[in-house]
Amino acid sequence: MSAYEQPPGGGTPGPEHRAALALGDDALVLAQRLGEWAGHAPVLEEDVALSNIALDLLGQARTLLSLAGDEDELAYLREEREFRNVQLVEQPNGDFADTIARQLYFSVHQELLYGQLAGGRGELAELAAKAVKETAYHRDHAEQWTLRLGDGTAESRRRMQSALDGLWRYTGELFQPVEGVPADWEALASGWRNVVGAVIEQATLAVPEGPQSSAWSAGTGRQGVHTEAFGRMLAEMQHLHRSHPGASW
Amino acid sequence: MVTHTARPTRPEPGTPTAAETPDVPETPDTHALEAEALALAGAVPDPELPQLSLADLGVVRGVARQRDGVTEVRLTPTYTGCPAVETMAEDIREALSARRFGTVRVVRVLSPAWTTDDITDEGRRKLAEAGIAPPRSGGPAADGPVPLSLAIRCPNCGSVDTELLSRFSSTACKALRRCTACREPFDHFKELL
Repeated sequence: MSAYEQPPGGGTPGPEHRAALALGDDALVLAQRLGEWAGHAPVLEEDVALSNIALDLLGQARTLLSLAGDEDELAYLREEREFRNVQLVEQPNGDFADTIARQLYFSVHQELLYGQLAGGRGELAELAAKAVKETAYHRDHAEQWTLRLGDGTAESRRRMQSALDGLWRYTGELFQPVEGVPADWEALASGWRNVVGAVIEQATLAVPEGPQSSAWSAGTGRQGVHTEAFGRMLAEMQHLHRSHPGASW
Repeated sequence: MVTHTARPTRPEPGTPTAAETPDVPETPDTHALEAEALALAGAVPDPELPQLSLADLGVVRGVARQRDGVTEVRLTPTYTGCPAVETMAEDIREALSARRFGTVRVVRVLSPAWTTDDITDEGRRKLAEAGIAPPRSGGPAADGPVPLSLAIRCPNCGSVDTELLSRFSSTACKALRRCTACREPFDHFKELL
């Protein structure tokens, strides 16, 4: 266990602490990935859209990581193996279809999960109740694009299908119970299959059939095991803070 | 931390004031002070939409005078990641810099979550005046599959014949639309309910 998994003030990290860290890392890492599109999206409107979604996620991440400790230390000074995000969110942006597929898979998951948590008590529930509305809009955005690309040209259709297939193996991890997150994981998995399946079918595409996890995987993101691209992403994300400790503007 | 001053002298600005010092008499003036602080905090202009005050936007949740003489202002963000919140907090602290308010603490509250129905009628009027179509009260029809298809009035010419250009606009809380009558593009404050 790393130093950064200690709760503020020391002691043994509780389940709430680990829950905030896992969900906070999901939001932080996806925010960083989406931010990479700024200035590079296919059209200006999409540039703005992806940046806005990133901003929402960053806001969620800040709230969640602050429940787990110092947000800046957690974001900028942890090593790769100390992050607890699912591997799905760290996957490279790829082409626009890859980004949309990742967004669809994740937003549907996050909306269902936050929807469940919103009914609870405590700070996690308060954040979930607030963020679920934003997430519904992210999901809707990803849905619209999946339909447009899937039911679009032959090329957009081919790319959207390929993106959905390629990321499918990272979706199983979304439904592995996280300690401290009071969710009904089975309901989450079946709800996710229903929503994602309906969108893919409406987009006239095929729901991927392969396994939802890699057979050769050494572990999951929740255990701190990440995919190759994650280290490079972190290097870019943390570079400024590490080069100029304590810098501010 | 409660800092009691031994003598009834004025503490330095920024120092927590004890409730029993002459500067901070206890009730009934506490209520008057809270009401005054609430009015001042509410009058702070929104950093992104300066035509609106924070009261118009419905983001100031209340003011409470703490036992230790701290004036606590409860502020709720429109969106979780709204970067304007920090500026709002700073502006509130500045608006309440008068010594009688003691130390001012702005706390961020998330619950109950802010909705566009928290924007006052006055706020909606000011939005429209600034060329931003206000969110519809109660939002789009709950049973509509495509919420944004309901009529949104052009703030320039008043036509209800408008179309969506982009689901996201200059800030997270707005969408970009265009009026098909006068051809002017305009921002629409999206419903968040």
